[in-house]
Amino acid sequence: LNAPGDHSGGSSAGPIDFCGIELAHPIINASGTFDAIAARRAFGDQLLARFPFAAFVSKTVTLQARQGNRPPRLWEVAAGLMNSIGLPNKGLRGYLAQDLPALSELPVPLIVNVMGFSRGEVAGLVRAFDERARVAALELNVSCPNVETGLLMGADPREVTLLLDAVRPLTDKPLIVKLTPNASDVAAVAHAAEQAGASALSLINTIRGMALRPGTAEPWLGGLTGGVSGPTIREIALAQVRAVAEAVQIPIIGMGGVQSGADAWNLLAAGAAVVAVGTESFRDPLAGGRIASELASLRPQRRPVGHN
Amino acid sequence: MTGVRAQRVAAPLGARVVPVARRSRYGAYVVLECADPDGPRPQPGQFYMLMAAERWGGGAAERPWLPRAFSVLRAATDGADAVSLQFLVEDVGPGTRRLCELAPPEGLSLVGPLGNGFAPPRDGRRAVLVGGGVGIAPLAIWQDELGADATVLVGFRDAAHASGARLLSGPRVATDDGCSGHHGLVTELLEDELDDDSHAEVYACGPVAMLQAVRLLCAVREIPAQLALESGMACGFGACFGCVVQTRHGYVRLCLDGPVLEAAELSPEALTAPGVGH
Repeated sequence: LNAPGDHSGGSSAGPIDFCGIELAHPIINASGTFDAIAARRAFGDQLLARFPFAAFVSKTVTLQARQGNRPPRLWEVAAGLMNSIGLPNKGLRGYLAQDLPALSELPVPLIVNVMGFSRGEVAGLVRAFDERARVAALELNVSCPNVETGLLMGADPREVTLLLDAVRPLTDKPLIVKLTPNASDVAAVAHAAEQAGASALSLINTIRGMALRPGTAEPWLGGLTGGVSGPTIREIALAQVRAVAEAVQIPIIGMGGVQSGADAWNLLAAGAAVVAVGTESFRDPLAGGRIASELASLRPQRRPVGHN
Repeated sequence: MTGVRAQRVAAPLGARVVPVARRSRYGAYVVLECADPDGPRPQPGQFYMLMAAERWGGGAAERPWLPRAFSVLRAATDGADAVSLQFLVEDVGPGTRRLCELAPPEGLSLVGPLGNGFAPPRDGRRAVLVGGGVGIAPLAIWQDELGADATVLVGFRDAAHASGARLLSGPRVATDDGCSGHHGLVTELLEDELDDDSHAEVYACGPVAMLQAVRLLCAVREIPAQLALESGMACGFGACFGCVVQTRHGYVRLCLDGPVLEAAELSPEALTAPGVGH
């Protein structure tokens, strides 16, 4: 594990320790960008033999099942994608009964991403997963409004503090707070999360955007606005990871537009301990594995090629 | 799903780059052909995610960036075990434009075959294949498999598009402008067919308005119909949840549970989603 503030771009290849979880390499997936159960249907058991990530982060689980937003859900942007998926999932009960047993067959540690519309809901989710030995860590998706206060949980340091005060005592598993970039001071939220007991932080989530149906004033996406991801947000991610790394000591999962080992190297150099690959996996389901081997060939001394 | 499908074949994991072996023009359409040495032979109705290996991105408005989904037009197995694949492309946006530019031996990146294809006709029904525009693609490989027993009806906008009819064997053609075949809609040809002999199973692919008409024609006659649908897809293997269509059982991911779906399973609003610029 890189010491926070060690901006050397990583010092050794091989296994790393992330919050007590051993990872074979520093590349994992971003939540919601890879469905390992669906991918196994499409590609068969070779997925297990050549699993592209060092840990698997599942799509957001909510207490109740969700259908997700009405289509259209996608809009291609310059060098990236805007999506409005709406967190479809089977709900906690369906996840525990169907998804968790299937995901337990993956050859890597499992991180479960959870989201609640109130602190009580998040607490219920954390309690349920605390009992599951196969779950190595929990990631808290705070990019949603608290229905009790109307505030975006992850945009306000006090909301994050109150949330962690409520859920931190409920589990000894690592709690990763997935920060939203749609906040005025992401580093302040990060600092509050660390003070309140977060084990790690992950960033950046998608950046809110909108597209209009061509020639009209109507939003294209069924959900009206969406989240922008892909290479188009890469430099925004780098800036936010650096700002957060300077504000906290806990490890950071950096993500945003990573397409190559050089992109991953840059996020490590900016202070991340682990790098998540998201939208690039849509173009190639093995992108994570390719990026991990490219990164291994860059580390430790060789600097990535610049873009000029 | 009530049809009996062949066992789904698993795609090789990961995007593979193969050289384009041949590019042919059929009026408004381009047929790209490549050999896929690693892939299994696709089932009719299955699809691939395609990108140009080079210069994908960086075009007008920095698009395309995501791969595009294409039903396989035709597949053949040659002596050397490689599967020869053909795809039908029409230039309607930045991704399809770039694919249409590909010349041998430029690289084509593909992921697939993906999804569920067509199931054979039930209860000794005769197969009636209905295609509109670039949607004729999966009908060609399905006709190859069904043989001479299948009736094929295709509709096109104008003469440039009607050149695509040459990709099928003995089709009945309808054109919007009357330049060739029946002057009118392909669904009018379908109506005649079904009035003549309703012991049929319909297989259709084309614009949503055509599919909606096919669905209604079949529903009132209680004729089973399998529709090959299209939806904007970012990944093709169930990761992005972007390509959902509304069925009687809620949203399903078209890439995993389709692209061929039973018409009777769809909710009415499934065929009202706006098209997407490829």
